[in-house]
Parts: sequence; C-alpha cells; structure tokens
Amino acid sequence: MSASIVSFELNGKVEQVIAEPLLTLKTVLRDKLGKVGTKEGCNQGGCGACTVLVEGEPVLSCLLPIQNVEGKKVLTIEGLQKNGKIHALQQSFHDNFASQCGHCTPGMIMVLYALLQKSPKPSRDEIIMALSGNHCRCTGYQPIIEAVEKLTAGSEV
Amino acid sequence: MSNQNKPLSKEERQYKVVGQPVPSRLGLGNVTGGTVFFHDNVIPGKAYLKCARSPISHGNIISIDTSAAEKMPGVLAVLTHKDVPKNYYATLCLIGVEPDDEPVLADKKVLYEGEPIVAIIAETEMQAMAAAAKVKVELEELEPLLDVEEAMKPGAPIIKPWGTATNYFVYEGHHCRRVVHGDVDKALAEADYIVEGKYEMSPIEHAPSETTGCVAVPQPDGRITVYTNTQAIYFTLDNTALILQVPFNKLHFIGGTVGGGFGGKCDVIVEPLACLGAMRTGRPVEYKFSREEEMRVSNPRSAWRIYYKDGVMKDGRIVARKVTSYADSGAYVRHTTYAVTKQAASACGPYFVPNFRYEGHCVYTNHMPSSPFRGFGVTPVSYAIECQMDKIARTLGMDPWEIRFINAYHDGDEKPHKKKTEDAALIEVMQAAAKMTGHELPEKFKKMSSSAR
Repeated sequence: MSASIVSFELNGKVEQVIAEPLLTLKTVLRDKLGKVGTKEGCNQGGCGACTVLVEGEPVLSCLLPIQNVEGKKVLTIEGLQKNGKIHALQQSFHDNFASQCGHCTPGMIMVLYALLQKSPKPSRDEIIMALSGNHCRCTGYQPIIEAVEKLTAGSEV
Repeated sequence: MSNQNKPLSKEERQYKVVGQPVPSRLGLGNVTGGTVFFHDNVIPGKAYLKCARSPISHGNIISIDTSAAEKMPGVLAVLTHKDVPKNYYATLCLIGVEPDDEPVLADKKVLYEGEPIVAIIAETEMQAMAAAAKVKVELEELEPLLDVEEAMKPGAPIIKPWGTATNYFVYEGHHCRRVVHGDVDKALAEADYIVEGKYEMSPIEHAPSETTGCVAVPQPDGRITVYTNTQAIYFTLDNTALILQVPFNKLHFIGGTVGGGFGGKCDVIVEPLACLGAMRTGRPVEYKFSREEEMRVSNPRSAWRIYYKDGVMKDGRIVARKVTSYADSGAYVRHTTYAVTKQAASACGPYFVPNFRYEGHCVYTNHMPSSPFRGFGVTPVSYAIECQMDKIARTLGMDPWEIRFINAYHDGDEKPHKKKTEDAALIEVMQAAAKMTGHELPEKFKKMSSSAR
C-alpha cells in the first residue's frame, strides 16, 4: 500500500493531505493540520477523548484510517465556534462546571453536539447513552449531564 | 491588632470566593479544546523514545545486547545504564530521603515486571517499539517476593542488595515509622472489650485520560526545554538535573496543565530519559506512555494491609488503639515513605484516643513501585478506621452514630503525635449530616460541640 492524497472537508474548509498507510484521522488532525483540540487518550478506541463527527456521526478518530474520510465532512471541536462565539453547549459546559482537567471535554462535547442535532430535547437516559463511550477519570459525569439538561430545559421546541 | 479577632459583620461576610462558584481558569480553554496540554505543542522534527522492559518480576541481569536493535530502521540512539551520568536516584532526595535506590535504567537486577532496561530513540514511535523488541537481555530468574509480611520476616531474601540492603525503608535507623502515646498495653489490659480488625486495600491505577509523558527540546543555547505533564515540576526538574549531572539552570520545564493526575504523575519517570535522548541526538524527543504502558508500568497507589487492635470500655470510649500497617512500596522507595509518615499522624482519625501505638512499614517487594493517589496513605487508613468504628459499635450493640459522638475529638485534645487539636469539626459535620439525611439524633448529641472539653 503506497501513499495517496486524501481530500476532505474539515470544519467547512477543504483539506488535502498525503496519507501514508495506517495513518489515522486523529494523527492527521493533530500532527498534520494542527487541530490539537481533538485529544489523544488511549489511541485504541477505548476512551472517547478523540471523538469527532464524520457526516454528523461521532467517530473515534484514533481508529479511523484517513482514507475513510475521502470526500466527507469532518467536524472537530474547533469547528463549533461561529464568528468568534462559542456554541451554546460549550457555554453551558463552562457555566455548569462540567470540565475538570479538560482532557476528555472536547470528546464529550462532540458526542453531545451530535445528540442535540438529532434530538434537541434529549431525555436523561438519551444523554447518558450518548456519553457511554466517553471516559472522564476526574469523574465529573453529573455536571456534564446537567450541562445538557440545563441547556435544553430553557429551549422549548 | 485585637480587632483581628472580632467576628465579621454580615456585610463583611459577603465573600467573593468562599462559598461562591468560581469559574476555572482553564474552563473556556477546556470547552473549546484550546487548553494546551504538553502533547498539544506542535513541535517539528520530533523523535520518539520507547523502552525495552523486564519481562519478569525478579531476576539478575547477566548481559544486555543492543547490537540488533541498533541496526533497526530509524534508530537514532540506544541508551543503557552506562549512558546515564548518575543512574541511581531517590525521588524525594531533595527533602533528605536516602539512599538512592532506583536505577533510571536497570543494570544489576530487575525488580519488577516492566522495569526499563534499554531506551531506544527512533524516527517514529513504531520504529522505536520495533527496535526495543530486538534488545536481547539475558536474565537469571529469581523467586519474586510479593507479600509485605513475608518480606519483613527475618531471613527473607533481600531483593535489593544495595542501599540499606533491607526489604524496608529505614526511618532514622528504625525498621518502621513509629508513634507512641501513653501506655497502650496497660490500657488494653484494662479495657472491657478488645476489638480487632484487618483491613486491606489493593493497588489502584490512576488511569488518567492523558497518559504520562513529555517532550524534551534542545535549544540553541545548550539548554533543554521540557514540555511535561508532571504534577511535581520542581522535584522533577531538580531530579532530572541530578541524574544528568547538569546545573539546574540548563533545564527549562514548562507544565502545569495535567490531563488527570490524581498523584500518578508525581514520580520522575519520563523526563530524565527524554532529556538524555535529546542531548544524545540533538533532536526533540517525545517519551509518552501508551495506554498499555500507563496501565502496566506506571505507578499505582500502594496496596496496604492495616491491623487495628482497640481497647474499648462498656460506655463506648476507646481507651487504647494499636495499629500495625504495611505499605507495599513496590521495588523502590519513591513517595511511599512519605505516605507512611502521613498515615502515622492520621491513624486515629478524627477521634480522641488517649493511649496509642502506631507502627508503619514501607516495604519493598517485586511489585511495580507505588506512588501517591489522592491522600498519601490517609485514604486507606480512613477506610480502616471507619470500618473499625462500625465494628466497635456492633461489638458493643451501640448505634454507629453514638460511638462516633462519644469518641469525637475536641479542640485542645492532644493527638498521639503531640499536636494540640485545633478547629475540630467532626461533631458539627455529623450533626449537619444527620439533618441532611433526616436522621433523628438524641438531644444530647444535638447539643454537643467540638469546643474544648
């Protein structure tokens, strides 16, 4: 398998990268494109810290070969800010003390952002199910769940 | 200055910080992915360090052959104990803990499974791992010593024949850390009940989201800048300088952002080798644990075994307490000596016990060296104390709340290590806890206070 050029849309902008065999989306984002908001936790698909969205679906970028995103839309934590303003979910995380060390936070926010796109007023069970692949070792799950609940409580659909 | 003691008026008590939620300095960075962890610094031209490790828990090193590893693709440097200027160190040497007992890279013996023997620096992480797998170490396997009480027995084989050549840390000439207060044997003999308990805690891995690591970057002026996630940046800088035998001002450590530490990133593990690799190759060197390394060869909380023997009177008063504790320090001393000392001062808990004897042992075994984890020996002993309090209550047929109110410490009580109790709060905390949980306390306990007896 030789290197190829992979083209995809990252946070609304087309990127082209030289893709060596076994290169993952996480390595491309962090090492080639400087998008270090996507964190490396376990590098083996176990912790969710590297979660990004591909075509709106949460994926573990540490396991995904870069060739698999050819022609697709990728969204990372850096893409949630619009016109210098952070997303309401990010603000709610901040207001509700939903981050401690902060290393798992971008992955948490990406899965919850994907959830809110599909289900703008998720139940507590839906929130917990969405977070089930994401590990927070500071064990701050309660404020994370509350950050979503408080955000969606105010916005009647 | 007498008005300093005047109670504050209600207006003056409108605190800006105390009792108020204060946003974290890192909060906005965390939610935007903008917080810079050590691994988020984009550093061009990085090389990667991986170690060849001991596959066994205990053995003599017969020979180390790195010739095949040196020929592997991408290899830039291969380091053994011979390349480390001062190979033996003790993490807490800067506060007088001695002797140096741990090699940066093993030379004579391996004392735990996963102990590093050879460090490989290569162009890529995978090349470093592939070369590490080619290191040939001939070992004479020895029976591992894995139980703390077995290790303390007279005649037990000494696993570390250097340093003090004992299977325990030597506290100012003693085999244990000891606190003695009053006459515990006399009080035990006179007590109505003797309540004994054995409490054990397994080692626990901190398992932080971000694994332990650093990047050492050589600078044009000869200094080395180290981006690290250590929790102990000054201890780590100073120890690294001592190991490398360079002046402290040759190293510039940048850290403070830790992706989960909990005590697991206090030891001096990755920085000395990364710096040595950077000095050898002239390249930035990254040494970051994989998840597997974090789980298998990074330090856990020590396992503890704690024995309690309490003398209790019919009215519920604990009149004597004898504690014998064993901390499994693993192969080397690191921080466990301090955890035992801290436990010695906490083994009564928030209770007043007039006669007390504590003997805490910091024991060496062929387990992974252990480190702090949220509480330096206090968490395990708190677990033991509260289990023991419940056991005393059951033995006497007394309410578990009552046994705690009867024995709660008060301001002015002398603790076993001769400190006068100040700002005691157990009684008030229990009163508040009872109220919050809807537990009705007898009037006499509602009226109690922690002020001097």
